[in-house]
Amino acid sequence: MREMMEGSSAVAESVALCRPKVVCAYPITPQTHIVERLARLHAEGRLDAGYVLAESEFTAASVVLGASATGARAYTASSSQGLLLMTEVIFNIAGMRLPVVMTVANRAVSAPINIWNDQQDSMSLRDCGWIQMYAEDVQEACDMHLQAFRIAESLNIPVMVCMDGYILTHATEPVDLPSAGEADSYLPPFEPRFHLTPTDPMTLGAMAGPDAYMEVRMLLHRSMQQAAGTIRQAAVDFHEMFGRYAGAQLDTYHADDAEVLLVSMGSLLGTMKDAVDELREEGHPVGIVKVRTIRPFPRSELHDALHRARAVGVVEKDISLGLEGILCSEIRSAFCGAAETPGISSFVAGLGGRDIRKEQIKEIALGLLSDNTCRVEVTGLDHEVLWRAHEEE
Amino acid sequence: MAHEQVESRLMAYGHTACAGCGEAVAARTVAEAAGPDVIIANATGCLEVFTTRFPRSSWQVPWIHSLFENAASVASGIEVALKALGRAGEVKVIAQGGDGATADIGMGAISGMLERGHDILYVCYDTEVYSNTGYQRSGLTPLDALTTTSPAGAMSWGNATRKKDLPAIFAAHGAVYVATSTAGFPTDITRKVKKALSLAGPRYLQIHCPCVAGWGIDSSKGIRLARIAVNSGLYPIFEMEEGVLTRVRKIKPDELLPVVEYLKEQKRFSHLFKSPGGRDHIEAIQLAANSNIERYGLMT
Repeated sequence: MREMMEGSSAVAESVALCRPKVVCAYPITPQTHIVERLARLHAEGRLDAGYVLAESEFTAASVVLGASATGARAYTASSSQGLLLMTEVIFNIAGMRLPVVMTVANRAVSAPINIWNDQQDSMSLRDCGWIQMYAEDVQEACDMHLQAFRIAESLNIPVMVCMDGYILTHATEPVDLPSAGEADSYLPPFEPRFHLTPTDPMTLGAMAGPDAYMEVRMLLHRSMQQAAGTIRQAAVDFHEMFGRYAGAQLDTYHADDAEVLLVSMGSLLGTMKDAVDELREEGHPVGIVKVRTIRPFPRSELHDALHRARAVGVVEKDISLGLEGILCSEIRSAFCGAAETPGISSFVAGLGGRDIRKEQIKEIALGLLSDNTCRVEVTGLDHEVLWRAHEEE
Repeated sequence: MAHEQVESRLMAYGHTACAGCGEAVAARTVAEAAGPDVIIANATGCLEVFTTRFPRSSWQVPWIHSLFENAASVASGIEVALKALGRAGEVKVIAQGGDGATADIGMGAISGMLERGHDILYVCYDTEVYSNTGYQRSGLTPLDALTTTSPAGAMSWGNATRKKDLPAIFAAHGAVYVATSTAGFPTDITRKVKKALSLAGPRYLQIHCPCVAGWGIDSSKGIRLARIAVNSGLYPIFEMEEGVLTRVRKIKPDELLPVVEYLKEQKRFSHLFKSPGGRDHIEAIQLAANSNIERYGLMT
């Protein structure tokens, strides 16, 4: 039954439906409503889990690490500075093959300090060994958490569910949540492959020297590369059970005959779809490829989805300073060695919560229709401010 | 030593600690006292490195190492998970690390663990120096000790600060049991670990552990020096329950030794004996020992 719900509340309810045994987090805007709602569910006896109030994000990540190693389904949530404070533990959780699930309420990274949305925080952690999924709307964010636990536990790889701060966490949208029974039939109880117990004492987190380290890392790399099937199955099974499908690693929109394809992740896709609807009405052959997981990176799927277009515009809310948008660089790698390559351009937009309007998206698309030359652009800048700062320098 | 005794070790022989390592003695004693029904969360440091070089492990109990500064947090997660899974009765939880992990980089995590009241015993192996990274100064390095980051020179007498008073800090958190012990008296460690594990709630045990290379001592002298640290008053051995001092290891009048007997055997204090100004520093260390004797009632 569809119900109007705030994104954070809906996600918290979805997390509760996943029956985590340990929840631990530290509050940070704009993640707060998620952990507040979970605290309330716990207080009301509707979340049968240990709920730990950590003294930092670093500890929150460490607590779920310990809980997961003990065989408990474990969940945390963070954002921006908090996610970066967790970084050392984030790498460790993946290296130890612990199937933790975390929500990232995407937010800009300081300095300057800014609490509004972009995706710099999680994108900066794409190499940490976690599967990273990006939700387009509140419904997908909710559904993604059930899928995330299933994927994490079947592969022993942790999963980050990334949802845009404010735009999704604080938006009220109609949401259809499964019943507890339905959720249980999709996500069975956690059966850990290994856990800390005196009946079978094992050493976890041993030191690996130059003779063993690379092999251990390559096992994780290989599992990531082979995760595509599990991610797809989670989406297909979900579709079968609940009738909703938002893509596996990719999804497309008006892509088949498109000469220009726009690529993005997260909530921007909603604006993009509106822009493409209007462009299509005006007769422009423009479509969209949605990237749902940046890790594992769907390289061949992206190649297949994009190679027929003349131009590809990657619009993203992050930047590798000194290079270009991060996703754009990675998409270029999908065409390494290809005979025919579309013009692939990077459009960085919406940093620190700057609004991205439909008109901007249409401008980008129309620009690519008339000129497919590869370029790197930053859209929505106040050039007068930049010019003045430049003068002062 | 009898072969059967060796075989029963929960922290098995064959590890790569230095000969004479006080931390190895203390950690093995802790493991034996705790018994097999325990989960240990270990901080990064010598103990982790010398017991778990892949593919070998000395640990015959479930053991996890995550990072340098989060053993208390990982243990918190283990403890909460055991409760949530209905397994809390079957196993005790110990977090352990060196003085750097405990007094410096991981102190915030321990504060959180104590404040939340987890049923965990935290054990600090206090070698008074960052042994694993090559003997740099930590928050538990004593006054005037030479380390690789607190060398002596025209402008320096070695480490310029006193030991951080961790037992007092952790007792102030409301830890149900706070105690010090020493590798010099392993039976004292055994008794305290057993006592600590018989209690519920957050507990802290700090064990003085000679570091052969870090202190600059002969490998045969560590245990004897650890005992002199106690009998000079420099390392008071005590127990606090619910924040109240309940028991101390007394120094018998005929056992009392001046701090010089402790300092002169260690290269980390050798500079104090090489120039006349050192006498004042030795005197200041003696006064600190006297003050410990008074504060903890070690001779009354």
